[in-house]
Amino acid sequence: MSQTQASLRGGPEPLVSVRGLRTLFATERGLVRAVDGVDLNIHKGRSLGIVGESGCGKTVLSRSIMGLLPSTAHREGSVRYEGHELVGKSVGSMRRFWGQEMSMVFQNPMVSLNPVMRIGEQIAEPLRIHLGMSRSDARDTALQLLEEVRIPEPKRRLRQYAHELSGGMRQRVVIAIALSCGPAILFADEPTTALDVTVQSQILDLIAERRQDRNMAVVLVTHDLGVVAGHTDEIAVMYAGKIVERAPTNELFANVKMPYTRSLLRSIPRLDDDPHTRLHAISGRPPDLIDPPSGCRFAPRCAYAREKCHVEAPPLQSTENPDHVYACWYPVGSAEFVEREEELVATGVHVRGRQ
Amino acid sequence: MTAARRGLGFGFWLSISWLIVISLAAIFAPWLPLKDPGENYIVAGARPPYGPSSTHWLGTDQDARDVFARTIFGARTSLVIGFGAISFGIILGGTLGVLSGYFRGWTDRIASIVMLILLSFPGLILAILITALLDRGLATIAITLGILGVAPVGRLARASTLVFAERDFVTAARAIGSSNRRIIVRELLPNVVIPMAALSLLGMAIAIVAEGGLAFLGLSVDEGVTWGKLILLGAGTRDLERAPWISFGPISMLFLTVLALNYAGDRLRDYFDVKDITL
Amino acid sequence: MSGAGHAHLRELNDAVLQVRDLEVIFGSGRAPRVQAVSGVSFDIARGETLGIVGESGCGKSTTGRAIMQMPPATAGSVLFEGDDLGAMSQSELRLARTRVQMIFQDPISSLNPRRRVRDSVAEPLDIWSRGTPAERRQVVDDILADVGIDPEQAAVARPHEFSGGQCQRISIARALVLSPTLLICDEPVSALDVSVQAQVLNLLEDLKARYSLTMMFIAHDLAVVKNISDRVAVMYLGRLCEIAPSRELYAHPAHHYTRVLLDSIPVPDPEVIAVGHELVGDLPSPVDPPSGCRFHTRCPAADDQCRTEEPVMRAVGEDHYVACHHPLVTSVAIST
Repeated sequence: MSQTQASLRGGPEPLVSVRGLRTLFATERGLVRAVDGVDLNIHKGRSLGIVGESGCGKTVLSRSIMGLLPSTAHREGSVRYEGHELVGKSVGSMRRFWGQEMSMVFQNPMVSLNPVMRIGEQIAEPLRIHLGMSRSDARDTALQLLEEVRIPEPKRRLRQYAHELSGGMRQRVVIAIALSCGPAILFADEPTTALDVTVQSQILDLIAERRQDRNMAVVLVTHDLGVVAGHTDEIAVMYAGKIVERAPTNELFANVKMPYTRSLLRSIPRLDDDPHTRLHAISGRPPDLIDPPSGCRFAPRCAYAREKCHVEAPPLQSTENPDHVYACWYPVGSAEFVEREEELVATGVHVRGRQ
Repeated sequence: MTAARRGLGFGFWLSISWLIVISLAAIFAPWLPLKDPGENYIVAGARPPYGPSSTHWLGTDQDARDVFARTIFGARTSLVIGFGAISFGIILGGTLGVLSGYFRGWTDRIASIVMLILLSFPGLILAILITALLDRGLATIAITLGILGVAPVGRLARASTLVFAERDFVTAARAIGSSNRRIIVRELLPNVVIPMAALSLLGMAIAIVAEGGLAFLGLSVDEGVTWGKLILLGAGTRDLERAPWISFGPISMLFLTVLALNYAGDRLRDYFDVKDITL
Repeated sequence: MSGAGHAHLRELNDAVLQVRDLEVIFGSGRAPRVQAVSGVSFDIARGETLGIVGESGCGKSTTGRAIMQMPPATAGSVLFEGDDLGAMSQSELRLARTRVQMIFQDPISSLNPRRRVRDSVAEPLDIWSRGTPAERRQVVDDILADVGIDPEQAAVARPHEFSGGQCQRISIARALVLSPTLLICDEPVSALDVSVQAQVLNLLEDLKARYSLTMMFIAHDLAVVKNISDRVAVMYLGRLCEIAPSRELYAHPAHHYTRVLLDSIPVPDPEVIAVGHELVGDLPSPVDPPSGCRFHTRCPAADDQCRTEEPVMRAVGEDHYVACHHPLVTSVAIST
């Protein structure tokens, strides 16, 4: 069996097991390979971060697992949830999973809530539809949910409309709705990007708290490495539709292997840097997903790439730690990498230090 | 899987081709090998209207005038009315809309009141009033219909201007020292013109059909033939039963032209909508 | 006069920008009056980069636009190289604007979608008829090369054919083509990916040196602001809270709000345990801001004085000023 499969084996049975997932979009310019062969496990009660820049396919991936895709999309591969194969199911049969087994929190709380329905009604809706609760039971549960997400004056909020709440509070309401039917998995797609930084940490802490209380799996999709550093057990880094590195959080930051991940970390300005520190910038742009380059997709932008990288795509292989996999021929720390790094520092292209 | 069609499409170009053909036919009508539209081609021994034949492709009307020729000549007037009306509407309405959308304040308030009044006025009554008070010349009819187009075009132009005037590139233009005139002409108009072009094709269709309506009320132009007047001529019940071809020519011309205008207008709007969204 | 006072203003003999008691109030007639900026004063010395940081609703973007007089402030003065921008006529202002340029947050809507990119960049030169057409072409090509955009591609392509990062470079090129003195950057990297952000920040540093620019950098990301600024000012709900040299502000934040902001930033390092700060309550409405110190409704250290008396700027360190009754850092003896 491959090393990827070996690394995906260990531990208790995963809640969701994704194998060879591909999501393709038909557009006028051709077939966009937004997700191009992803293997993942999501475990009960654990938090997985999916990190990448815009266009890497992370949002499409989370929606592909849930099955929330437009009609122009086509999925291949397998997504198994508690023994059910989700790829190939119709929208009608997926409905019983949505809300009850899997839920999603989206990026912009301003548009996630219905502006003409009261908050209480919106929270009660899934309770009444999925769980068949009576009006008064749903209302009581809605109140409990608002308390659970720590909204001050919950009774008053039930009767308010979305525009009367601040961004942070709206996002809490969205989370309450997502949690209402007790899903086993919560997908959070850039849940804090549209919010102020002081509110951001509150929301992330809230999600972490709810995860522990409910023993729920959380999939946190974001471009912000700072967000995943503090709030995930495991991180998968995506680039051009593929996962290029996956590891437990501490391990990833301590022992990064993929030059892309390393570059990403180095391009973030840090608070403890001096002013006017030159940032490490990755040149170029992400590749066209209609016609991706052969070989490693990051090779055209990689300062450490060699001939093999442009020709042959590296498979996911693991380090000494079987839970840490990466896809690179000359990873960080390898002889070729060190040699190239010396050259780059000597010519002044790279600055030593910073990782 | 469904794929979105990017290009304007075969249908669009087909519509445009039809419009070009009919416009050219209208312009060059006097020089085309058509029968004389005013002459009575009476055949001894048979009472008009004559059915379609090899001499008269669409037959003749009750006065033995060739339907096909009259339809082509009718295009001249109908298309001029349509074009004239929408041009008036765009120039006046567009100007009003862009200025009020850009300058806001009192300009906007006054322009909005004007447009509100124009919108509230029942079009037909206005047409009757004007034609009763003035003459029923080509220009008058065209301008009357044009006045009715000022408000819808104006509102679209205003809304479009509002959207684009908010964008940062307009602020940037001001920041580099563009005068208001320059901003309106070089930054806003190229963007606003697109939805207006789509609307203008639709507006032309409406104006042509409206002329048909006026003809049925006996309010169309005094001089010359239009499609509306031609249809009217063939629309008496006995004539319609026994000689449907009298109306058939102008009806089908009207239908195809309006269809082409509507379709092309829709495609144009969709095409540029899509591009804007991907922005 | 409301505002945080003038203690933090410096005696500069070559100040590029001097803003005094700037006030911007939106809404008139029956619309609710939004107090976006209430008595903000600061100065920027030649060659300096001032970072202005704060969350949504703090008035930082409004301040930037008020300096450009787009729209002008409702009260206060803006002195640009000694000239009062608010007192100028329309034509004088148009001329003055060639020396103050701005770049915006959304890179794609900053460019006219129907215009070829090169034409957009050349536009300022055309408006002011600077030099011969050949000279103008050269200037534009040089600047495009400086920002890393291929001039030939720019001559035929429109904005939607470029990425966000490239569009931002093009906007920067357009801003620089008139060789302005002051460049105001309004959240220029907030909409960009991390790796592209780094490219643009490095580019701005390079261009600042090459074109001898003075910059005002407005952003909500504290790490980004620290990276690019010499001095940083923190704003909250239309008022200035604290101002200090970058290193100093981040090492010894004196205002409670600054402290909370710094602690809230997610650090890409799992070893760092986030310090939780329960910011009580919501952001108050700028239509009806709190009395006294505007931060008192959410500040852990607020007392009666904070509720009634507006704090003014006072020194707590070398060029470090804070508007707070109970700052975290008390004044150290300053040597003049």
